Amino acid sequence: MAESETENLERLANREYQYGFVTEIDEDRVPPGLDEDIVRLISAKKGEPEWLLEWRLKALRRFLELLAEDHEPTWANVSYPKIDYQKIVYYAAPKPRKLESLDQVDPELLRTYERLGIPLSEQKRLHGVAVDAVFDSVSVATTFKEELERQGIIFCSFSEAVKRCPDLVREYLGSVVPYSDNFFAALNSAVFTDGSFAYVPKGVRCPMELSTYFRINAAGTGQFERTLLIADEGAYVSYLEGCTAPMRDENQLHAAVVELVALDDAEIKYSTVQNWYPGDKQGRGGIYNFVTKRGACRGRRSKISWTQVETGSAITWKYPSCILQGDESVGAFYSVAMTNNRQQADTGTKMIHIGRNTRSTIVSKGIAAGRGQQSYRGLVRIGPKAEGARNHSRCDSLLLGDTCGAHTFPYIEVKNPTATVEHEATTSKIGEDQLFYCRQRGLSEEDAVSMIVNGFCKEVLRELPMEFAVEAQNLLGLSLEGSVG
Amino acid sequence: MADALLELRDVHATAGDAPILRGVDLVIRPGEVHAVMGPNGSGKSTLANALAGRPSVRVTRGEILYDGRDLTALSPEERAREGIFLAFQYPVEIPGVANLYFLKAALNAVRKHRGQPELDAMEFLQLARRKMKLVEMDEKLMQRSVNEGFSGGEKKRNEVLQMAILEPRLAVLDETDSGLDIDALRIVAGGVNALRGPQRAMLVITHYQRLLDYVEPDFVHVLAGGRIARSGGKELARELEEKGYGWIEASAR
Repeated sequence: MAESETENLERLANREYQYGFVTEIDEDRVPPGLDEDIVRLISAKKGEPEWLLEWRLKALRRFLELLAEDHEPTWANVSYPKIDYQKIVYYAAPKPRKLESLDQVDPELLRTYERLGIPLSEQKRLHGVAVDAVFDSVSVATTFKEELERQGIIFCSFSEAVKRCPDLVREYLGSVVPYSDNFFAALNSAVFTDGSFAYVPKGVRCPMELSTYFRINAAGTGQFERTLLIADEGAYVSYLEGCTAPMRDENQLHAAVVELVALDDAEIKYSTVQNWYPGDKQGRGGIYNFVTKRGACRGRRSKISWTQVETGSAITWKYPSCILQGDESVGAFYSVAMTNNRQQADTGTKMIHIGRNTRSTIVSKGIAAGRGQQSYRGLVRIGPKAEGARNHSRCDSLLLGDTCGAHTFPYIEVKNPTATVEHEATTSKIGEDQLFYCRQRGLSEEDAVSMIVNGFCKEVLRELPMEFAVEAQNLLGLSLEGSVG
Repeated sequence: MADALLELRDVHATAGDAPILRGVDLVIRPGEVHAVMGPNGSGKSTLANALAGRPSVRVTRGEILYDGRDLTALSPEERAREGIFLAFQYPVEIPGVANLYFLKAALNAVRKHRGQPELDAMEFLQLARRKMKLVEMDEKLMQRSVNEGFSGGEKKRNEVLQMAILEPRLAVLDETDSGLDIDALRIVAGGVNALRGPQRAMLVITHYQRLLDYVEPDFVHVLAGGRIARSGGKELARELEEKGYGWIEASAR
């Protein structure tokens, strides 16, 4: 052959993470470490009301207890050196912080988002996506705000929401993921710095996709954002989230919390394309992505669906879940998780059926390449009152090469005899036959792998909004090309 | 006489680690249809795969010249783009990838290599519709995943359709007749015949003579023990049908 297989693979494997640049920007940051003073400082910098500071302090105390008792979760199928929580910087923000309009955003920052392919300029209306951009810890810009406001939709940074609609925030904050929920949720509740907030009022169908882009820039910092979405009765909203980070040799912690609340007949679609820096081939650097995402289908016939494409992060620990409280409510989880090189992912979902005739669907596609380790962990719980509840789960794993691994940990608890729970799982390897077939038709090896993988993920990708689906497909192709050995 | 499109000189090849081809000589010129027949295990599929460049098949001795160039120096995709097409004995399923999309990607890879503009979805669909008629293919199959859930006959028709769309210079058909009932065989053979032309050479590999009732070869070769034991005209196929392979295998030893 003209080019040996090995050379070809090496060339592809060495393709660089294209979002790995660092933005030189003036920033305001607190000293590293975690104690009450830091939490008070963060809260003061954000001019928060007393109740929120109190809530943060309760969370901090809970976190410090958990830390002292060594309760950092160890059950996930991932391994990493112990994190020193006193060495992390818990707040870093680009200066100046007070932003009245996009004109006041540091142009360097706008350029950063442009390099990421995210136009923040309101002139670029064609995109029809309202964007909230979170840079390190602070939300820097939200587009299309006025247009949304005309329909009564509130879409802004979390900090702004605390000022604009404190009652909504106070009512729902922690109502789905309490500060004491788990180790990382407690940490987030204590130190979260910003995030996105959206409220869609009764009967309103949000006319555009709401989108948040998260970017970790500063060194030595963690990112702890908090997102809260509320769809009031009969409302509909589709929300997209994307993430990138610079390449650094150190590991950076990202511990976010996302809470969704859907009232009667409301529907929330939440889509994530997660492309945090995954670390290099030897496993140096990369983001630790320890995230708690949960949606409560509080109302009757409410619907929440999580769609995620996870290609980044050194370690992913993430279980977007649905609590199906309302009768006839519907939860869905569509996931593609990809691990290459030394990446580890332990991800899945929880579907908690409480109401009658609740339904849930789980479709998980795991792809492991290189020395990547991939676990699906899922819980389907049917409570005693969930008459007629139904779940269908499907977990497929695709292996590229023989140094990676795929694992499945499904947990099923059924306390109501009328429930129907189905679980299907498959594991397959990209076959030499498939690759050869594609190449014999003239497709390059990389295009062939990309095509086969995208085909494998199709059921999930088609759940994504159009432009996100294209981005996700490209991302999967890029992350996986040449991984076949 | 035209220059050879394909020339095999003393080709030895292994499949996995097993030596299968033990000195194959063969010359194919544009416009010619050659049939290679032979008993099971004689090396027919290895020959096809050696031409297409399947990674598990290695040419260990001899040379394969395609258009005067050393074919073994090319990757499978380069061979495909240079006009070598293999109709697979067992077409592969690719879940989640629409047949139409797959074919368009393949054609555009080939066109790009030839310096032709790529076809957009509409242009491709028109082309595909024309070609589908050749093999009486249902348009619904174009929206389905590549070969997934196709019947044996549909898979083989799909192979011939791909051949019609990619317009190769050398088409290698590896037991395209196997597993086909008589109607499917007639359709597949009709498609193959429609693609015969002065610039295109074909190598038709088959175990049975019946395909050759429909696709009439210019030359017939019998492969036995990894070598071409006998070559002749189409009457050789008839003779084999009557006498079986035993007499050739015996004389090849």
